[in-house]
Amino acid sequence: MTTNIIELHDVSKSIHDHVILHDLNLEVRNGEFLTLLGPSGCGKTTLLRLISGFENPTTGKIFINGKNVDGLPPHKRHVHTVFQSYALFPHMTVFENVAFGLRCRKLPKAEIATRVAEVLKIVKLEKFAQRKPDQLSGGQQQRVAVARAVVNRPLVLLLDEPLSSLDYRLRKTMQIELKQLQRKLGITFIFVTHDQEEALSMSDRVVVMHEGGIEQVGTPRQVYEQPQNLTVANFIGEANIFDSEILSIEGKQLGVNILGKPRNAKSSRSFELGQKVHILVRPEDLRVWKQVDVDDSKDMLPGTVEEVIYKGTTVDLMVRLSNNQIVAATEFFDEDDDKLEYAIGEPVFATWVPGWEVVLPHETL
Amino acid sequence: MRNLPYTSYLTAIYLFFYIPIIVLIVYSFNNAQYSLLWHGFSLRWYHELFADSDLWLAVLHSVILGVTAATVATCVGGLTAISLYRYDFFGRQLLYGSIFILILSPDIVMGISLLILFSMIGITLGFWSLLLAHITFCIPFVVVTVYSRIVSFDQYIFEAAKDLGAKDSVILTRIILPLLWPALLAGWLLSFTLSIDDVIISYFVAGPDFEILPLKIYSMVRLGVKPEINALCTVTFGLTLLLIVISQLSLRKKP
Repeated sequence: MTTNIIELHDVSKSIHDHVILHDLNLEVRNGEFLTLLGPSGCGKTTLLRLISGFENPTTGKIFINGKNVDGLPPHKRHVHTVFQSYALFPHMTVFENVAFGLRCRKLPKAEIATRVAEVLKIVKLEKFAQRKPDQLSGGQQQRVAVARAVVNRPLVLLLDEPLSSLDYRLRKTMQIELKQLQRKLGITFIFVTHDQEEALSMSDRVVVMHEGGIEQVGTPRQVYEQPQNLTVANFIGEANIFDSEILSIEGKQLGVNILGKPRNAKSSRSFELGQKVHILVRPEDLRVWKQVDVDDSKDMLPGTVEEVIYKGTTVDLMVRLSNNQIVAATEFFDEDDDKLEYAIGEPVFATWVPGWEVVLPHETL
Repeated sequence: MRNLPYTSYLTAIYLFFYIPIIVLIVYSFNNAQYSLLWHGFSLRWYHELFADSDLWLAVLHSVILGVTAATVATCVGGLTAISLYRYDFFGRQLLYGSIFILILSPDIVMGISLLILFSMIGITLGFWSLLLAHITFCIPFVVVTVYSRIVSFDQYIFEAAKDLGAKDSVILTRIILPLLWPALLAGWLLSFTLSIDDVIISYFVAGPDFEILPLKIYSMVRLGVKPEINALCTVTFGLTLLLIVISQLSLRKKP
């Protein structure tokens, strides 16, 4: 049974007349891994602090486990936070750090010892119980911080960009570890990050935030493949955007016109004839053909190769189209094309499989 | 040898710093009453020093005063630094600024103003006036020492403690004090040193019934430098050196 462990109703937060969050509605399901994703300054950390209780919303209500938590201090909310800097107590051992919350609740010594040992075993730190935080690596400190929070058996664990201070390789490892830990514990995780790759690879659902509002909530696949608007599309992954208008509609099949070339597109949204739209194509969906290899170019966009970036597994191309717009294309090696050799200035055609694009209503940015 | 210019430059600087003190220490072992000539090694002035009961009373007074003033200043200054860091209250900036004014203001101004204050409110000059004065000029140094330490902490550790259910009193005793004790110790030692060798402010607020060491030395020197004073200064220098070493060591070791 999925129930909502946290519900936000019309939550706003302003500090000194400066609106940080406006009219947020969000439901967090029990046991899910939810990511708040957005550029820095979009209010995602503030949202986390409203849930943890370090700050109070200006308007609106927050329910945790069905209970209105208005005015409740952080430690009475059954949620715990893992801070970006870990905030471990430097003068205490790993054991004392993890036991801190239990000692504050004055649990019997024997119970504290077993529960701490249990959690340290889960995060694979049982051998380090007597070390001080500065004798541990970044990844180990991270695990202590998680252990210190989960030992209190919170309903929800809030993680505020916990991987941002780790190097790339360690971050990858920790992403997998955190995800596995979350599955093992069955605790709801709310994870804040500005790294879209991290959000997509770890989450059950992603909340895309922008300028204090929620732009889209959905599974990683939904926010990547069906972005709700240009903001989401631009923030998550790269996107080539063409301006166009609707020429014909037949059910979900749309006829559009891109740089003078008629093309078919597919969308489950409803549009009107003549409506101005944006056509979005991801670089990995864009295929680039050498002009000499193409026989039928009636719906292909002509251009010249501007830049070739060899990346090992892929080749990234920048192609200047006839209207001087530069599009990015990521080409994969496969049996049709095992060389992927392009010369700068070479005339090419760019195209994609009809239906792989995203059609969005026109927005003035 | 290629470092000769460098080494000799460094030696010159150290000599410039320490020659006066070395001279003083050497002469404290000189077996002569007034002469600046070397009359042979002797511990005579140390014997006289340790037999001078007036002087020892002044030393005792100074130690009592220093310990009391340093302890009170450390408590008040430490709490001030913690409050300045943790709470946002009316006049916080003003308080923080006024601490630096106290550090920078000339001793003579402090001395005179305290003297005027004490005579206005009718405090007899003696132990209590000295104690109040010493506490006053020690507090800012404790605040600065402790504050600079506390701002170097990760501010989120306090939030983390709160998140884990710690009350303010628990945060103070389990987190703040254990992390701050090296700074508190350093502040205490600094205060004690300041108190034990202060002449100018003490000169204004001391009374006839409570003689302290720096003023005693000052009055003895006015009648001519006796080698006994050299011996006393050597002892004082040794103790000060010890305190500085302790305070440096306690600050150096990160918890």
